[in-house]
Formats: sequence, structure tokens, C-alpha cells
Amino acid sequence: MSLRIVVCVKYVPDATGDRHFADDLTVDREDVDGLLSELDEYAVEQALQIKEANDDDAEITVVTVGPEDARDALRKALSMGADKAVHVEDDDLHGTDVFGTSAVLAKAVEHAGYDLVVCGMASTDGTMGVLPAILAERLGVPQVTQLSEVSVSGGTVTGRRDGDSATEQLEASLPALISVTDQSGEARYPSFKGIMAAKKKPVEELDLDDLGLEADEVGLEGAWTKVEEATERPARTAGTIVKDEGEGGKQLAEFLAGQKFI
Amino acid sequence: MAEVLVYVDHVDGAVKKPTLELLTLARRIGEPVAVALGNGAADTAATVAEYGAVKVLTADAPEFGDYLVVPKVDALKAAYDAVNPAAVLVPSSAEGKEVAARLALRLNSGLITDAVDLEAGDDGPVATQSVFAASFTTKSRVSTGTPVITVKPNSAAPEAAPAAGTVEALNVSFSDAATGTKVVSRTPRESTGRPELTEAAIVVSGGRGVNGAENFHIIEALADSLGAAVGASRAAVDAGWYPHSNQVGQTGKSVSPQLYIASGISGAIQHRAGMQTSKTIVAINKDAEAPIFDLVDYGIVGDLFEVVPQLTEEVKTRKG
Ligand SMILES: Cc1cc2nc3c(=O)[nH]c(=O)nc-3n(C[C@H](O)[C@H](O)[C@H](O)COP(=O)(O)OP(=O)(O)OC[C@H]3O[C@@H](n4cnc5c(N)ncnc54)[C@H](O)[C@@H]3O)c2cc1C
Ligand SMILES: Nc1ncnc2c1ncn2[C@@H]1O[C@H](COP(=O)(O)O)[C@@H](O)[C@H]1O
Repeated sequence: MSLRIVVCVKYVPDATGDRHFADDLTVDREDVDGLLSELDEYAVEQALQIKEANDDDAEITVVTVGPEDARDALRKALSMGADKAVHVEDDDLHGTDVFGTSAVLAKAVEHAGYDLVVCGMASTDGTMGVLPAILAERLGVPQVTQLSEVSVSGGTVTGRRDGDSATEQLEASLPALISVTDQSGEARYPSFKGIMAAKKKPVEELDLDDLGLEADEVGLEGAWTKVEEATERPARTAGTIVKDEGEGGKQLAEFLAGQKFI
Repeated sequence: MAEVLVYVDHVDGAVKKPTLELLTLARRIGEPVAVALGNGAADTAATVAEYGAVKVLTADAPEFGDYLVVPKVDALKAAYDAVNPAAVLVPSSAEGKEVAARLALRLNSGLITDAVDLEAGDDGPVATQSVFAASFTTKSRVSTGTPVITVKPNSAAPEAAPAAGTVEALNVSFSDAATGTKVVSRTPRESTGRPELTEAAIVVSGGRGVNGAENFHIIEALADSLGAAVGASRAAVDAGWYPHSNQVGQTGKSVSPQLYIASGISGAIQHRAGMQTSKTIVAINKDAEAPIFDLVDYGIVGDLFEVVPQLTEEVKTRKG
């Protein structure tokens, strides 16, 4: 039976843009161009490699929870080679926190049907890196996260996790959820053929109602944390910049001594 | 006074420094009760008591080492049920964050990750976070349930405050999910003898400008003269010049030392994300236009192969 892979991808404001907060202290998603989170490209890539290693006997569904423009992220993943997409969009989702997002994703991946869920290591905007663990808890499947290497065969997923104090070799039975790091291998660029093919691939649009979720379980009101204040970090006061004329190292030492570092 | 659960990060009973910082912060909001799990758990008691733990709940079982994350969530939940604390604090390691996140879901409680400061507030603890590659600072609070908060290393100076530290065995029954992900093998990271990157007071980093693994000894020599940890940019790591465990930035470690010295690093946003909150920043770069110079307290426009060895020599001379 063909392996069903679901990849969770997020549409995020470009990190090289001028990111800021909206008046309600949620991430401003209007003024900065969005894109498929670069860290989720690695998740799509690993899903494609697992499919290839499985003699192409797999179907890859990409899922996103996000505003209308988030469809761009799905398109990108489809043009890389994913087979179909699910887009959950609802006005009530504005301001949803990680628990709300994970509740929606859990319903959406169950709706899609899965043997393996693949996530990125963290989103480039929220950078919590905890959604995969929460989603695994919600789905009740093993969590095999932060992998720099992964393979799937015979109903088992194995992978390498480079932890804080050790490197671990992990193993779990499917169905399971994995997350992969940016050490797992560069993501491919969509080919022209891939971009053309993506235009014809199905994108299913769902709202909260379709997933049997209530508005008060998500959104800013349903969030379990509250941002009370956001202040722009004051620009660092301009430092001293010296051109090396042969004594640069010594001048630097003088500075460090003045600051009591030596 | 309300009790605050503090998750102890330790290796075979040796407590890591961020846990002492956590205990220090915990005292601002209540009485710390430490939870130590796995091999050597009880050996942590003396140290955590020294930093204010009134009680130390310990549990050891093969599950903690043989399976990923979930056994620790089960244990922390058991500790929560036993203590009924006002907040739960966990060190912001990759594993710590995952443990905290799953616990928060089980408690139906809000979660704050990567706090850099913590203070008591009228409606519960207020956490400071640094977001968007450290270009914004936010203050947040948990509005539902018991606050579960993970705190980054170097967020507070550990202050000793001796307390009873009474050791109590924690009774843990593991959930079905506990044995879902097997740790087939574990290779501990070899110690370099240098301070740990996230805990170091001084970090000396090298980037693409170092131009080869064989040149990294220049960076290491400067680090050793200052008693510093060694960091690297992703460009240097991707080129295979230095291990990923030393990468500083968005997808590496985030550091906040007293002094950060960047050599041959341009200062891309993803690198800044991991070092921008350092107290004093110094850079050596041959390109006067490099964005890293926007951050520095002191910068040298020059060739690192000239400047760094001269600096190292000068540091050694001055230190005698
Ligand atoms: C999703 C994502 C995550 C990322 N995560 C990280 C991360 O965690 N950490 C990270 O660092 N990057 C990260 N990056 C990569 C980041 O965007 C940059 O590509 C990277 O930081 C560049 O490294 P660098 O500064 O060493 O190299 P470069 O940008 O190539 O800069 C090299 C610098 O060295 C200088 N130089 C060269 N020779 C000399 C010399 N002899 N003497 C003095 N100066 C010299 C040059 O002038 C230049 O400024 C990430 C990127 C993405 C997309
Ligand atoms: N809105 C979303 N839609 C789909 N996937 C998401 C969303 N938010 C987070 N994810 C997934 O969860 C991972 C970690 O996100 P985070 O915990 O927010 O850093 C990402 O790399 C994605 O794979």
C-alpha cells in the first residue's frame, strides 16, 4: 500500500524584510512579503526523498494553516514535487497560538490521512520549534524530531538527532511524526516542469467548520498566552570602527582591557 | 508561598549552569521545587539546594534514557500533580522545549518559550522574549492555566540561596506513548575542554572569512587566550570547517555572552538572530560595508589573518 506522507508547511513573513507587530500585537503579515518558511523547504525535500526511496510508491500532501496568501507556500511545495495540498483558512484563525494551530493541523492531517507527518524544525517567524512535539501529542503518534538524517522502510522510521549533549539514533513505528533540521540536506529548486505541473495539482480549501472546530478554540481570543507589550530594540549606539594599519590587534586588545575583559 | 517547579538539566548528576539560573529566577515568583530525572538524579540535590530548591523530586528508570522526550513529560506531569505549582520552568534546550510543550498541552496551559527574563506580575509571571532576530523585545504572560515557561541560558546570574533541598522520590507511571520513540544509540559529544557555547561569558566566532578548517586554529587560539567558547557561522559549518554543534544563529545556538567576537562573519540576519543580545560585540572584517559593523561596540576593518593573531599575542602578554 502506498505510503501517505503529510508535510506541514508555514507561510511566513520574509525574515530579511522589516518584520514588526500589528496594533493587536500579532505578527504583522500585511506589510512584509510572505513566503514558504525556508526551514519547511527541508521538510518537503525529505518527504520527496522518502518517496523516491520508496520507489515513488507514496503520496505527498502539503498542509498549511494560514491566510489566503499562504497558497503561495503550497504552490511552491507542489512545484518542488508534492502531489496535492490542503489549505485551512478562516477569518477566526487570526492570532491563533501554537495550541490552536496544532489543533487545526491535527484535524487537517487526519482529514488528509497519513502514515508519516513531516514538519520543519521551527518556523522562521515564531521560531518556537515546539509545534511538532505538540502535534505528536495530539495525534497520539511517536515524535521523532530534530532529525538531520532520516529514512523510512518497512513501516519503521529511523533518524539521527543531534541533541544538545549527544547524537542519538532514533527509531519508531509508523504512523509517526518527524521534524527535520536544515542539516538534513539542501532543498531542491522547482524545475520549470514542476512549476507548470503544480498549476494542475489539487488544492483543497477548508475552514474551521469543515474540520469540526469552533471559533473559540482558536484565534486571538482562544490563545493561552498574551503578548502585553512589544518594543523595538533600540538601535545599538554606533561603535568605534578602526581601519587596521598594522596595529589593529593591539588596538582591539586595548579596547578589551578598557572593558575589563583582559 | 507558592511553589514553582524547576526542571533540572543534568548529566549523570552534574547540574548544568542554566538550571542554577532558573532556580534564581524561580525565587522571584515562588519557592523552587526541583525535578531531577534519570541517571544520577539524586546526586543533583546538594547543588540545587545550594541555589534555593526547598525540595528535590527525583525519579530514575531506564525509560528516561531509552526513549525520547515522553517519559520526561510523564514524570513532570506526575510532579505537577504532586505539587500543584504556580508555574513550571524548564531550560530552553531543544529537548527542554519539547518536554515543556507537551506538558503544557496536557495541562491545558499556555506556554512561553525562550524567555530571557522573568518577573512576578499581578496576573502571574511576566516573561521577556526577544523576537524577530532580536529586533523586538516582548513581554508576555500566560492567560490560561499554569504558566509553563522555558528560559534561555545566560538569562540571569546564578545566585546562591541555600535551602533545605529535601529529596523525595517521585512516583511515575509511564503512559502508553512513553515508549513510542526508541533511542537506539547515543554518542555523547566529546568535550573540547572549552566552555559550553551557550553558557560562556566570551564567545569567539569564525565565518567564511576563516577560509578553511585548517585555519580555525587561529580562532581557537584567540578563544583559549580569553577562556572563551568557539562559535561558527553557518557558512563555515556548511563548508565542513567546524562542527554544527558550534553554529551560532537561528538554526544553531543562540548565545548572549558578555563579549562576542566575530571574525570573517558578514552578519546576516540569521546569524544576528543568535548573537544580537550579546552585551559587547566586536568584529573583525575586511569589508567596511559588512552589516556586522552595525552591531559592534568596536570593529576593526582588516584582514583577520593579521588582526586575530596579533590580538591573541597581545592578550597573552597582558595576561602574563
Ligand atoms: C533558514 C536559514 C537559517 C540560517 N541559519 C543560520 C544560522 O543559524 N547561523 C548563521 O550563521 N547563518 C545562518 N544562515 C545563513 C546566513 O543567511 C548566512 O548565509 C551566513 O550567516 C553567512 O556566513 P558568513 O558570514 O560566515 O559568510 P559570508 O556572508 O560569506 O561572510 C563572510 C565575511 O567574511 C569577510 N572576510 C573574508 N575574508 C576575510 C579576511 N581574510 N579577514 C576578514 N574578513 C574576511 C567578508 O568580508 C564577509 O563579510 C541561515 C540561512 C537561512 C536561510
Ligand atoms: N500555520 C502552520 N501551518 C502548517 N504548518 C505549521 C504551521 N505552523 C507551524 N507549522 C509546522 O511546525 C513547524 C514548527 O513550527 P513552530 O513550532 O511554530 O516553530 C514548522 O516548521 C511547520 O512544519
